[in-house]
Amino acid sequence: MSEVSMVVNGRQVGGVVEDRTLLVHYLREHVGLTGTHVGCDTSQCGACVVHVDGKAVKSCTMLAAQASGSNIVTIEGLANGAELHPVQAAFKEHHGLQCGFCTPGMIMAATDMIARHPDGLDEATVRAELEGNICRCTGYHNIVKAILAASAAMSAGGRKAA
Amino acid sequence: MGIEGIGARVARKEDKRFITGAGRYVDDFVLPGMKHAAFVRSPHAHADIAGIDVEAAKAMPGVVGVLTGRELKTDGIGNLICGWMIHSKDGTPMKMGAWSPLAVDRVRYVGDAVAIVVADTKGQARDAAEAVEVSYRELPAVTDAVKALEPGAPQLHPEADNNLIFDWDIGNADETAAAFARAAHVVKIDITNNRLVPNAMEPRAALGHYDKAEDHYTCWTTSQNPHVARLVMSAFYNIAPENKLRVIAPDVGGGFGSKIFIYPEEIVCLWASKKTGVPVKWVGDRTESFLTDAHGRDHATHAEMAFDGDHRVIGLKVETKANFGAYMSLFSSSVPTYLYATLLSGQYNIPAIHANVKAIYTNTAPVDAYRGAGRPEATFVMERLMETAARQLGVSPAELRRKNFITEFPHQTPVIMCYDAGDYAASLDAAMKAADYQGFPQRREEAKRRGKLRGIGLSCYIEACGIAPSAAVGSLGAGVGLWESAEVRVNAVGTIEVLTGSHSHGQGHETSFAQLVTERFGVPIDSVSIVHGDTDKVQMGMGTYGSRSGAVGMSAIVKALDKVEAKAKKIAAHLLEADEGDIVIEEGACKVAGTDKSVPWFQLALAAYTAHNLPGGMEPGLKETAFYDPSNFTFPAGCYVCEVEVDPETGVTKIVQFVAADDFGNIINPMIVEGQVHGGIAQGVGQALLEGAHYDPDSGQLLTASYMDYTMPRADDLPSFQVSTSNTPCPGNPLGMKGCGEAGAIGSPPAVINAITDAIGTDELTMPATPQKVWAAIRKH
Repeated sequence: MSEVSMVVNGRQVGGVVEDRTLLVHYLREHVGLTGTHVGCDTSQCGACVVHVDGKAVKSCTMLAAQASGSNIVTIEGLANGAELHPVQAAFKEHHGLQCGFCTPGMIMAATDMIARHPDGLDEATVRAELEGNICRCTGYHNIVKAILAASAAMSAGGRKAA
Repeated sequence: MGIEGIGARVARKEDKRFITGAGRYVDDFVLPGMKHAAFVRSPHAHADIAGIDVEAAKAMPGVVGVLTGRELKTDGIGNLICGWMIHSKDGTPMKMGAWSPLAVDRVRYVGDAVAIVVADTKGQARDAAEAVEVSYRELPAVTDAVKALEPGAPQLHPEADNNLIFDWDIGNADETAAAFARAAHVVKIDITNNRLVPNAMEPRAALGHYDKAEDHYTCWTTSQNPHVARLVMSAFYNIAPENKLRVIAPDVGGGFGSKIFIYPEEIVCLWASKKTGVPVKWVGDRTESFLTDAHGRDHATHAEMAFDGDHRVIGLKVETKANFGAYMSLFSSSVPTYLYATLLSGQYNIPAIHANVKAIYTNTAPVDAYRGAGRPEATFVMERLMETAARQLGVSPAELRRKNFITEFPHQTPVIMCYDAGDYAASLDAAMKAADYQGFPQRREEAKRRGKLRGIGLSCYIEACGIAPSAAVGSLGAGVGLWESAEVRVNAVGTIEVLTGSHSHGQGHETSFAQLVTERFGVPIDSVSIVHGDTDKVQMGMGTYGSRSGAVGMSAIVKALDKVEAKAKKIAAHLLEADEGDIVIEEGACKVAGTDKSVPWFQLALAAYTAHNLPGGMEPGLKETAFYDPSNFTFPAGCYVCEVEVDPETGVTKIVQFVAADDFGNIINPMIVEGQVHGGIAQGVGQALLEGAHYDPDSGQLLTASYMDYTMPRADDLPSFQVSTSNTPCPGNPLGMKGCGEAGAIGSPPAVINAITDAIGTDELTMPATPQKVWAAIRKH
């Protein structure tokens, strides 16, 4: 058994878990945050993407014990209270989701992608960077549109703030 | 059209919970005392079970129970059934082999469930499942449908000699033979429609809870049709009478057909909950989904098309061998028959058609409806024939199609369907214009200068949706009626709840259905809620599949709205001392036309419930129910154009443009409709270029059982799509809707293959057209 302790969405959590407990199962079953999903067992689908110390990570590839001491943000922690994160808002505005199952991972991966490209994104880059996130509903068309729109909005916002 | 009414691009009401991580899927439900299940599954494609030793597993940490098929049979749990009766051409009924939810004496495919282990944690259940010792006596296996029919092939079920489930005919053999006898040209093709795994992103799951005090069961399950699940589990599997069984399909992460069917796991979890006295939850992993979700397609077809000297189609002959897998899934028999062969007239005027379909058992996962279900297979046959014919006849593929289009409606085909409306030339013209079809030769030349092979392909598809008139499908063998039901509840404060038997698992019903209500009464869309997916809340329903939720589900809502409107007008006329015929409902009020007299909607609703001042004899309340049974199928149709560039050095195909011009009839929310088309095209392109379920022919092992081995379309495999609609309203339902959920998956595979074969100059190419196959085809040619 392993003792783990981490900050999840700004809240300190911890406990004792089986050594083999993956971060995604810790978040879902011990912390009760079920927005992070499991869509495969080979780290391909990306439904489980969360941010670990500011970076997008597939939470099925990491043991909870490995994440101990880290700062985790999940889909539940992305919005600022009632105010949606610009990526969340863009997914809604551009119909970037249908069944919603891949969506939390998509949004967390997109947020990270946009942060890594502060000067903006183009369609080819977005499509290449989505390699690790599978969606079966949308054909990616509107996901790409949503990410490009969010990127543009955030770059514009960033420039304004600067 | 208001900003939230019919035709408006309303952003989806349901999105908020999904984008904030607050959606609730089956795996998100936790009940007090709940335990976790793992299934012991056959590692063999075909074997006798000599014995099962569960003692070691029972002694493992956390184990609550280990249950086998023998106990399940002792408790009287029934076998899984196929609910659509097909008769062979000799009049004999289809030969359905027994399918026990847990195998008792024999396993017939890799993944066949043998036992269930229930334990405190999922990890413990899996550990203990590995400790269940099953003694197997291996048998030879067959995975290919054509081989399974050959003499000496391994036999799966004693009920089905030679693995043949049925040998079915449609059309007129004599007239077709006569047409071929006088044909000027005959085009022949042999095609394989590759086996696909639906791959909804949420794996299947079931949570069964038996309440001892009430002798009542509740099942949370990943279902597209919870009421059908309850009906079947009550009527055939002996779980419990319907009044003692509640089925809830909460948020469901995609279905594409694979979640229509009732699977062993939900039956076994319910039964195991009673046996162990605890709620039992099973969540499949992705490999279990690959192994046990019903697969799609898997046809081997020989087809011939006869033309007269003027290039008009005068006859069509089709022979198809359909792989059914190891057991007959719930609607499996309808797919290669009434959902396939009835669409073999395509968009074309063909006077004589004859098709034969053989349904065949193999040692593979059961095969059933997957997005399009039969219609993609029919479209692939027709549109590969048309393209091949144009090449052989040396004429324009577009003009050959145009010459043969059906232009007058209604049009009775020789294969049952009566097309009610359409304008196929309009879709063809729209698609060719959007794709700049005329400019293609220049683009091909330009690509050639860069060392690339450029090709263009057309596909003119038709499908039958809005399934379906109950009496008609009953006469064709369906075990159920395919109506839909709705209830519209106007609450005393004027808010409105619509209860529907349709089920949304990505289609956006909570928005588009609410738009109907907003359009009708002028109330804000936020005051309308759509309730679905729970047999305790919704009276009855047939669920969502076959693009039926618009044409059938919404039509039921329209009928209920008609009744509510009629009663509301009576009340308003009484309150306003006006004539009922002068009342109009708009902008959230009931008004007397041409006057300033009106009563706000919420006040009218309150009046209906206070019942202080209602017309004489009127019942209080404002709530109405309707069942809608369609009068005909609907016939969405359209034209897709795919343009590709092939690198002859690597065989890699790049889709450089994809154009869709669809005719869906009237549209409620264009944004949602476009999203459906995008997703459908992605699945069709996946079939054409990337996806294929492969079994090892000797061992029967599924070689493509994970995302490392089965190629799901990724974002960088696809282009952005150009989609548009040119609509002819459907005359058969009150909203004039045809359905849009499957078109993309139906129309796109032949467009892609027609484009690649155009580029590389040979028709010898099978799906998926991987770089290796394309490279080899270029060299062989």
